[in-house]
Amino acid sequence: MQKNASFKGLTIPLLLLLPQLAITVVFFYWPASQAVWQSFLLQDAFGTSTEFVWFENYQLLFTDPGYLKAFWNTAIFSTFVCVLSLSIALLFAVMADRQIRGAEVYKTLLIWPYAVAPAIAGVLWIFMFDPSLGMLARGLGRLGIAWNPRLNGNDAMTLVILAATWKQISYNFLFFLAGLQSIPKSVIEAAVIDGARPWRRFWTIVFPLLSPTTFFLLVVNIVYVFFDTFGIIDTVTGGGPSGHTETLVYKVYSDGKGGSNLGGSAAQSVVLLIMVIGMTAIQFRFIERRVNY
Amino acid sequence: MAQVTLTNVKKVYPGGVEAVKGVSFDIPDGGFCVLVGPSGCGKSTLLRMVAGLETISAGEVSIGNRVVNQIEPADRDIAMVFQNYALYPHFSVYDNMAYGLRNLGTPKDEIDRRVKEAARILAIEPLLERRPKQLSGGQRQRVAMGRAIVRKPQVFLFDEPLSNLDAKLRVQMRVEIKKLQRALGVTSIYVTHDQVEAMTLSDKLVVMNGGQVEQIGLPSEVYKKPASRFVATFIGSPPMNILPGTIDGPGIVALGDAILEARDLRADLAAGARVEVGLRPEDIEIASEGEAGSLPFDIEFIEELGATQLFHGQLAGLPFIMQAATDTISAQPGRLWISVDPDRVHVFDPATGQRLGL
Ligand SMILES: Nc1ncnc2c1ncn2[C@@H]1O[C@H](COP(=O)(O)OP(=O)(O)OP(=O)(O)O)[C@@H](O)[C@H]1O
Ligand SMILES: [Mg+2]
Repeated sequence: MQKNASFKGLTIPLLLLLPQLAITVVFFYWPASQAVWQSFLLQDAFGTSTEFVWFENYQLLFTDPGYLKAFWNTAIFSTFVCVLSLSIALLFAVMADRQIRGAEVYKTLLIWPYAVAPAIAGVLWIFMFDPSLGMLARGLGRLGIAWNPRLNGNDAMTLVILAATWKQISYNFLFFLAGLQSIPKSVIEAAVIDGARPWRRFWTIVFPLLSPTTFFLLVVNIVYVFFDTFGIIDTVTGGGPSGHTETLVYKVYSDGKGGSNLGGSAAQSVVLLIMVIGMTAIQFRFIERRVNY
Repeated sequence: MAQVTLTNVKKVYPGGVEAVKGVSFDIPDGGFCVLVGPSGCGKSTLLRMVAGLETISAGEVSIGNRVVNQIEPADRDIAMVFQNYALYPHFSVYDNMAYGLRNLGTPKDEIDRRVKEAARILAIEPLLERRPKQLSGGQRQRVAMGRAIVRKPQVFLFDEPLSNLDAKLRVQMRVEIKKLQRALGVTSIYVTHDQVEAMTLSDKLVVMNGGQVEQIGLPSEVYKKPASRFVATFIGSPPMNILPGTIDGPGIVALGDAILEARDLRADLAAGARVEVGLRPEDIEIASEGEAGSLPFDIEFIEELGATQLFHGQLAGLPFIMQAATDTISAQPGRLWISVDPDRVHVFDPATGQRLGL
């Protein structure tokens, strides 16, 4: 079957592409190029004079211990959120796929968190884990576990990881469930008859057949932890205590806030952009090749 | 090798659909049993209960004298070939065939030997490194067969394995399946709704309808003495003609003005009782006007099938089909007088559809 329509000449194709191109240019290329341009500039404290400084902003950035800390924070945060949200979602999806009774209710309940705005999700987690008010924090206290995300950096990191994971599970769950349901039932039945016990069946048949979904979700989740978790971090910890939960994207915001260090902030966003582009490219090159069967 | 016995097997799906309503039969060791019937009659359900993919609501299935109701599919020592082949898309052909043996912990060199042997039997040796998506439908079918035979199971189960192939390949694979089954001597159950496959493959034919068995027997028996009107019209192509008639005396039925002898007819039927008379299109012979037992057939049009011709028309005001070898009759549309061998006249009870024969 022919999938591509073909046009004579260039005018019609260009016209058809125009809206998409316009949107991409206005909302992506233009701000991105502005950021790149900004990252080469240095403004004085009052914003009155601007100087072109080449890579000085970048140099400053990579010698700033706060920035290197943010790198580390991001690595911890994103690894935990991706691994946790993907594996928990996969577990839930496998359970839902078993067609247990009440599966519909179960699915609906699992999907809800995705509809909750990040700020509200953040507030929810603050309440649950607030050292003086939160039910769960008090429960932990009763178990003899000291818990104070306002003072303890690790507690704060745990809290934002949990909140960000919780928020992303529904999304991953939906895709995993769709992925599981698109595996032909007879292939699984063939494996049952071929004597593969559930655990082995999962790792040798189901998981490999799910790999296109997993790969897609991995890309989406990395973009999510790098950029979209800003709202959660901002409401739950505000980057604190003392920068312990400040990730790269959060630092872009806190450094650029109030216009105090626009050049540095722009340089950070360029670094972030390059990292995400780089990681996605690597994923496509090396992983996608292996998931295509 | 093993015999398979089904005793009063029932299946009620959650939600109350009674898909199989008490089926009993057995297949001797090495036998080839074909389940045939219209769509939705419960053939696949029955097969899947033997496989262990569906729970058995009531009754008993045993394989080789062992009741398997509570036994996992993997431990029933069966292999199944699915309609869509159900190959593992991410495995090579080799790995597809080796998977079951690996799950059993068979030594590597033994696996290698058995996979290669199966590949040789099925002529798929050059394909062993390919992925399923790089194969044609017929090749996939062979791989699915290969996956079944490497395990050397006690029973083969087939669920419409040929229905995704084109007509020519279907005939070819049908012959190969039969040969392979003969050579390996493995007890087989084969589900199809294709009556040609059913007739040619089986040594035990089970005709099902609405979750029940209509008739069990050798294919030739089922063809010659269909137990019911349903079986009579289901087996045979084009289907048997059914005409209303009455009992005229022992072994005699009346079709309108014509009197037909039916040698097989039960003798205890009251004269005048209403019956249905079945005549197969291929059993019709040419007669002459006024001859005893001759019927007037008004031909409307003729279909040329190559070796045979189909004559469509009306008999006593009802649609009627007759089949004859090409060139034996040069009939034109119009009236033709026909007759049928008394051994080949089938009579059914109009109320129950049961055969009124001996
Ligand atoms: N999982 C199920 N739940 C409920 N009803 C079912 C289920 N599977 C099959 N049925 C019903 O059971 C009956 C028999 O189905 P089955 O698949 O055995 O038919 P079949 O003879 O194999 O038909 P076909 O030739 O179309 O494959 C049908 O009425 C079907 O709707
Ligand atoms: Mg079926």
